Amino acid sequence: MTTGKILAKYEYQPAKIEKGYANQTLYINLSDRTIKAKPVTEQMKQIFTGGRGFGLWYLWNAVSGDTKWNDPENEIIIAGGPICGITQYPGSGKAAVVTLSPLTGCPIDNNVGGYFAPLLKFSGWDALEIQGKADKDVIIFIDGNKGLVTIEEADEGHDDTHLIAEELTEKYADSEEDKRNISVVSSGRGAENTLIGILNVSFYDVKRKAVRVKQAGRGGSGTVFRDKKIKAIIVKYKGVTGDSNNPADKEKIINAAIRLHREIFELDKLQNRMREVGTAHLVGIMNDYDLLPVMNFQYGSHPDAVKITSEVFREKYFTQNVPDNCWHGCSLSCAKAVDNYEVKTGPYKGQKVCVDAAEYETIAAVASNCGIFDPEYVIEANFYCDTYGLDTISFGNIVGFAMECYERGIINKEITGGLELKFGNAEAALELLHQMGRGEGFGEIAGQGVKRLREYIIEKTGADPAFLRDISMEVKGLEVSMYVSKESLAQQGGYAFANKGPQHDEAWLIFMDMVNKQIPTFEDKAEALHYFPVFRTWFSLQGLCKLPWNDIIPADNAITNEPHKIPAHVQNYVDIFTGVTGKNITREELLLQSERVFNFQRIFNLKMGRGTREYDRPPFRLMGPATKEEYESRAERYDKQLKELGYDIEGKTTEEKMTMLRQYRESQFEKLVDAVYKRRGWDKNGVPTLETVKKLGIDFPDVVELISRYRE
Amino acid sequence: MKMVKAKPELCTGCGACMIACSKALYKVEDPAKSAIRVKEKPGTGVKYEIAVCNHCGECIPICSVEAVYRAKNGAVRIDHGKCVGCYMCVGFCPHNAIFVHRDINETIKCIACGSCVKACPTGAIYMEEIN
Ligand code: SF4
Repeated sequence: MTTGKILAKYEYQPAKIEKGYANQTLYINLSDRTIKAKPVTEQMKQIFTGGRGFGLWYLWNAVSGDTKWNDPENEIIIAGGPICGITQYPGSGKAAVVTLSPLTGCPIDNNVGGYFAPLLKFSGWDALEIQGKADKDVIIFIDGNKGLVTIEEADEGHDDTHLIAEELTEKYADSEEDKRNISVVSSGRGAENTLIGILNVSFYDVKRKAVRVKQAGRGGSGTVFRDKKIKAIIVKYKGVTGDSNNPADKEKIINAAIRLHREIFELDKLQNRMREVGTAHLVGIMNDYDLLPVMNFQYGSHPDAVKITSEVFREKYFTQNVPDNCWHGCSLSCAKAVDNYEVKTGPYKGQKVCVDAAEYETIAAVASNCGIFDPEYVIEANFYCDTYGLDTISFGNIVGFAMECYERGIINKEITGGLELKFGNAEAALELLHQMGRGEGFGEIAGQGVKRLREYIIEKTGADPAFLRDISMEVKGLEVSMYVSKESLAQQGGYAFANKGPQHDEAWLIFMDMVNKQIPTFEDKAEALHYFPVFRTWFSLQGLCKLPWNDIIPADNAITNEPHKIPAHVQNYVDIFTGVTGKNITREELLLQSERVFNFQRIFNLKMGRGTREYDRPPFRLMGPATKEEYESRAERYDKQLKELGYDIEGKTTEEKMTMLRQYRESQFEKLVDAVYKRRGWDKNGVPTLETVKKLGIDFPDVVELISRYRE
Repeated sequence: MKMVKAKPELCTGCGACMIACSKALYKVEDPAKSAIRVKEKPGTGVKYEIAVCNHCGECIPICSVEAVYRAKNGAVRIDHGKCVGCYMCVGFCPHNAIFVHRDINETIKCIACGSCVKACPTGAIYMEEIN
């Protein structure tokens, strides 16, 4: 990319980091090319902590209830958090990305690795807040050593991440040595042409001598990025040490860190083998427990799933014995890669590339959910989704949904532009992917996401809207992540209530609920659906990764009081927060930090005209068998459940039994909604009560005014 | 190369090795900054445990920034310019022979200089040629 003219320039004195904070935010408005520093106030730190909290606060102040994702007022905020950037504790380099989502119309948040957030902070900025729109493609460059921010023209050059990130790393690094000091945020042409665009955040892998990327995947933040005509954001900072975050009490951090490194050294090989296969270890487990989405979530397992398990990827594809971490110090090192992969299709056919492949969610979405069981297709699709800037989870959902519609005769080649979208057709799936990249044909329509695709199909074919709703796996407009929740009521809630839409990072309760049966009553489930979403929010306030919390478990965890909470690791978090900020917190205060932001995000959905009970309703397939085939595939289980519930199923047809089961499950779901809202301090409509917002200290006048409009 | 070996049964726990080591590495006399550690071993028999790097090199591939390397003389060394103080090698050392101190960014690790051996009054540590 030949970066052209400098359009705006801003010089600054990089702030010294104090106890995890730079105490300043970099604000850029692309419409009028303003670049300025904004103070991070004590009140912001008190109430919103950092990361996603800061992102939501800035966005709240930037938009009105009428703002659309592609209005110039919409912002993209990238922020780490106070713990972000420490090099000792595994998983401490994450960025929270917040923007109004093109898919949901509400705030979306993503938690992404790569070096951007730590280097941004050490350059003197807790957050980067971007508003406005450029009229031509631009590059934003932040030099944290020189204290210089520029907006530069980017008129020519590559369109897709793997080339953009590589070229800009080359260009802005002074030498091979210097490449590790650079992180590039970029997206690809697919993000421009669909609503499911992602942001790729890079880091330089010194062992491979390759630029790697991690994804802020959900909800279309890449689409907003490209709509603002940002080609890339580059941060450069040289001088990262173990003290760069200037913690208050380093000893506390070191002790927790070494304890965890030791645990990972001793136990990872016996537990999840994250160091060998990353999250891909889940494919086999989910298939065994009948939880792996197969063919648009119709089924939970498939005999051919053995072809796409971690064993296959480990044997043939994932490079072994490389510390694959996405920030310094993560010994869990799940960021696996396939080296020297020769691309088979599309514009990069024949190129040899290093693919950040493949995580569990991607494997399940692009492969099993589309009835495809071919590992090389997974790598190919993963590569193109990343470089085009497309979300693998949404992509897999879209293709699975379209394939089901095709197989059921709801759509045909006329609609698909000649694509034979049968389950298992990898070639057609890849063609659709390339069409999304180019913004052409059926790919352009499908790239609007499952919800809009459904509406399009209904309009074009007159198909039954109720049935299509049952089988279109989206809630709030966002596609569901990769767990079959049919037999776990708690997980149905985990998905349906999630603030940003159905992503498991808010609550993953299937095993607790369905397999280990630890939360049998409504109250138990409500408690879990209070605690875990709140607890899990905490990572994104701090710049932390969730995986080192429960993807490695201390040897004596089982004998603790609450093994599912991993108490020893929660204590580590209390220690490192205190170690960084010098603020002594308890576990309860840790939760309170999250609960504030969690409720604030819920209220933000209200501000955008959503966020009430009706938006927490999932498609029926998330709750149970939506079709005869699904019922019959688990007939024994469903028949048994109906009998136990006292239904007379003698001589009843499958359709009749489906109706009974549906009635029952829907009523259970409604009871769950009531129990969870109550536990969270929300009214029956899902609106946080005045008492709740007061208790949490987020009773700003506009918040109070907003929720009072919903007062029953 | 020559590396430090121990005969813990001869150790009296005087700590002279740790003082010598911290002096050689950091010009201070502080056992907490030493790359060799003598620890009391509760129970019967041998009273002290001596932990020091045997330069096995298992930590080399653990480091993601290539700060750990094998030097020309065969010793496993840390490049202080590259080390980001992540301490992964500390947790992954099979012999618990890499150390840290809150005032020192990089890990504290034996460089096989022999200062500790010279300081030991009992011969509980000695240099041995290995391949
Ligand atoms: S566990 Fe994986 S995703 Fe999390 S910080 Fe470590 S390498 Fe990155």
